[in-house]
Amino acid sequence: MALLEIKDLHVRVEDNEILHGLSLTVNEGEVHAIMGPNGSGKSTLSHVIAGKPDYEVTGGQILFNGEDLLAMQPDERAAKGVFLAFQYPVEIPGVATMTFLRTALNAQRKARGESELLTPAFLKKAYEVAARLNVPRDMLKRGVNVGFSGGEKKRNEILQMALFEPSLCILDEMDSGLDIDALRVAADGVNALRSPDRAMVVITHYQRLLNYVVPDFVHVMSKGRVVKSGGKELALELEASGYTQFEDAA
Amino acid sequence: MPAVQETVERVRRIDVDQYRYGFETLIESDKAPKGLSEDTVAFISAKKSEPAWMLEWRLEAYRRWLTMTEPKWARVNYPKIDYQDLYYYSAPKPKKQVTSLDEIDPEILKTYEKLGIPLREAEVLEGVVRKDGEDAPVERRIAVDAVFDSVSVATTFKEELKKAGVIFMPISEAIREHPELVKKYLGSVVPTSDNFFATLNSAVFSDGSFVYVPPGVRCPMELSTYFRINERNTGQFERTLIIADKGSYVSYLEGCTAPQRDENQLHAAVVELVALDDAEIKYSTVQNWYPGNSEGLGGIYNFVTKRGDCRGKNSKISWTQVETGSAITWKYPSCILRGDNSRGEFYSIAISNGFQQVDSGTKMLHLGKNTTSRIISKGIAAGRSQNTYRGLVTAHRKATGARNFTACDSLLIGDKCGAHTVPYVEAKNSSALFEHEATTSKISEDVLFYCTQRGLSQEEAVGLVVNGFVKDVLQQLPMEFAVEAQKLISISLEGSVG
Repeated sequence: MALLEIKDLHVRVEDNEILHGLSLTVNEGEVHAIMGPNGSGKSTLSHVIAGKPDYEVTGGQILFNGEDLLAMQPDERAAKGVFLAFQYPVEIPGVATMTFLRTALNAQRKARGESELLTPAFLKKAYEVAARLNVPRDMLKRGVNVGFSGGEKKRNEILQMALFEPSLCILDEMDSGLDIDALRVAADGVNALRSPDRAMVVITHYQRLLNYVVPDFVHVMSKGRVVKSGGKELALELEASGYTQFEDAA
Repeated sequence: MPAVQETVERVRRIDVDQYRYGFETLIESDKAPKGLSEDTVAFISAKKSEPAWMLEWRLEAYRRWLTMTEPKWARVNYPKIDYQDLYYYSAPKPKKQVTSLDEIDPEILKTYEKLGIPLREAEVLEGVVRKDGEDAPVERRIAVDAVFDSVSVATTFKEELKKAGVIFMPISEAIREHPELVKKYLGSVVPTSDNFFATLNSAVFSDGSFVYVPPGVRCPMELSTYFRINERNTGQFERTLIIADKGSYVSYLEGCTAPQRDENQLHAAVVELVALDDAEIKYSTVQNWYPGNSEGLGGIYNFVTKRGDCRGKNSKISWTQVETGSAITWKYPSCILRGDNSRGEFYSIAISNGFQQVDSGTKMLHLGKNTTSRIISKGIAAGRSQNTYRGLVTAHRKATGARNFTACDSLLIGDKCGAHTVPYVEAKNSSALFEHEATTSKISEDVLFYCTQRGLSQEEAVGLVVNGFVKDVLQQLPMEFAVEAQKLISISLEGSVG
C-alpha cells in the first residue's frame, strides 16, 4: 500500500477550480519533487493535503496509509504523521518556541494514545534535536518565529519536522527567500531526515533546491494537473528549457 | 509555562455555557427591607453597630445620590436599573456571635471550599516552606478575608499579621476599632460625591476589607479578599480601604464569583488605596463574576470605582486586573500621582465573550514632579461581545518631567465582536512626555491553520495564541494567581471558535 495516494483530485477555491484531476502516488522512503510555474496549483496541493480550510474538494480522493485523509481535521492529520513545512511560517508573539513545540508534540502524542512527555524528557529531546540541526538554544526561548530571519524561520520548520518525526513531509517552497548559505543549511537539515520509512514531497519553483535535496522523482505541474513525471534528470531538463512547453501541453 | 497543557485540558472538559462557580448556597439570610431610603441606610448602619459619625457620613452620601444621575458615557447598554427593586443588605443568619471558623455556617465554608479558597489556616499552611531562620521567606501564604453577600465571614491569619503591626480586618470592624484611621482616610481618595455608583456605595456599603500597614513594614504575606454574591436580587456594595504608611509594602489580591442566575445582579464597589512616602501597594484582581448565558441572559452588572492615591513622595501603586466575568464591566482603576517621583502602573487583561460588554481602562493623573506611569492593556473580544479600553492621562501644570507610556492591544476572535480604544491625553506643561501605542489584531486563519497543522485543536490553538498575547500582563500577577488566571482565560474563551 502506498503511503500517499492522490486520485483524480479536483479542488475549488470560491468559484475557481485550481486542481483539475491530479493524481500522485508516494511510497515510503521516496522523495518526490513537484515543480511548476506560479499558479500551477503546487501550493494548493500542499494545503489540501494538510487540510487548510477554504478549499473545496469537488472530486477524487486522498488516501494516507489507506485511510481517507479528506475526512480528517488538520490536527488529526498531523497526529497521523502529515507534516507541512510552510512557505511563510506565521509568528505567534508571546508564545515561546519551546512551549509551542511541547504543546504540539504532546497534543499529537495524546491523539495517538501515547503518554505525554514530561518537561525534563521533552527538554532533553528538544535540545538534542536542536544541537543536531545547529539551532541555537536561544532561538527556542524566543516567541514562535517572532523576529526570526527567513533562514531562521525555515530552520524552525525543519526543527519541528525532526522533533515530530512525521511519515510524510511536504516542503512548500522552502527555498523562497533564502540566500545560498541559508539554503544549504536548510537542505542539510532535510537530508538528515531522509529515511526509509519517511517520504518527502518537495515543492519548488526552481531547480536550484534540487541540487541540494536530490529527489527520486520529479513531477511537473501545469494548470492544476501533473503533466509530466520522470527521474531527477527531468529537473535539469526543465532548467534548460523552461516551463513554456508544458503550459502549451496542458 | 507548564499550565498551557493543563489549560487546554480544562477547556476540553468544560461544556459551553458552564460557568464553574454557578452554584448557589442555600442558607438562611437576614435581609434589609427591599428598596433604598434613609431607613435602609440607617438599618445597615445599625446592623453594623456603627458610631453616629458613620451613619451621618452615609446619609450625606445618600442625599447626594438622590440628586445624581447614572453616567451614560460608557459604551455599554443595559435596561434601566430599578434601584427600589433591590435588597441592599443580606447577611447569612448568624446563630450566635462568631468567634472561630468552627462556628461559621458549614454551608458557607463549603462554598469557599468549592471555590478553592482556603479559609482554614491549617490548609493554607500545607506545603509551606519551613521557616529555618528569622529571614527565611515564607511564601505561598495568603491571608484571606471572605465576604459573603454583604458581610465578611472570615479573616485568616489575623493574629500573625497583628504581630507585624498589620491591620487586616473587615471594614465594619475597623470602623468600630480604628475609627481614627477610617475617619482620616475613608472617602479621601474617592469622595462621597465622586460619581453615581461610588456615592451609592458610600450610602449602603455593608462590608469589605480594611488594611493598614504601619511605617517601614513589609507585609509578611499576600492579603486577599474573596467576594461572593449569593443572595437573589441583592446588590453587593463592598468597600475596601488600604493604607500603606511611610516606607511600607503590601500586595493585595481580590477574587470574585457569583451564582448563575437569569436576572442581573448589581455590584458597585469602591476601592481606595493610599500610599504615603516611599510606600508601595500592589493590587491584583481576578474578576470572574457570572457573565450571563450564551443568549446574554443574566450576569453581574459590575460598576466599580477603584482609585489609588500616591500621596507621598516616591510612592508606587500598581493595579493588575484580569477581567473575565460580568455581563457589564464599568471599571477604571486609577492613580493620582500626587507625590513627587511617584509611580502608577496599570496592567489589564479584559476578556469578553458571548454578549458581555466591557468598558474598562485607567486614569493616570500626574500632579507631582517627575511622576511616571505605565499602562499595558490587553483587550480580547470574542462572540458578540464589545470590549472598550478607555483611558485618561493628564499632566498638571506643575507636574514637570511627567512621563507616561501606554500600550493598548486588542485581539478579536471571530467577526461579530468589537474592540474599541478611547484614549484621552492632556498635558498642561511642555516637559511632559507621553507615549501611546495601540494595535488591533485578529487571530488569523493562517495562525490557526499553522497551529492545527502541528497537532493542536482549534481551541488549543486559540488558548495558546491568547496566552501569548496576554503574557506581559500575566507576568505581573503573583505566581498562584497567574496560573489560575491563565486557566480562566482559556475557559472564558470556550466556544469562541468554530
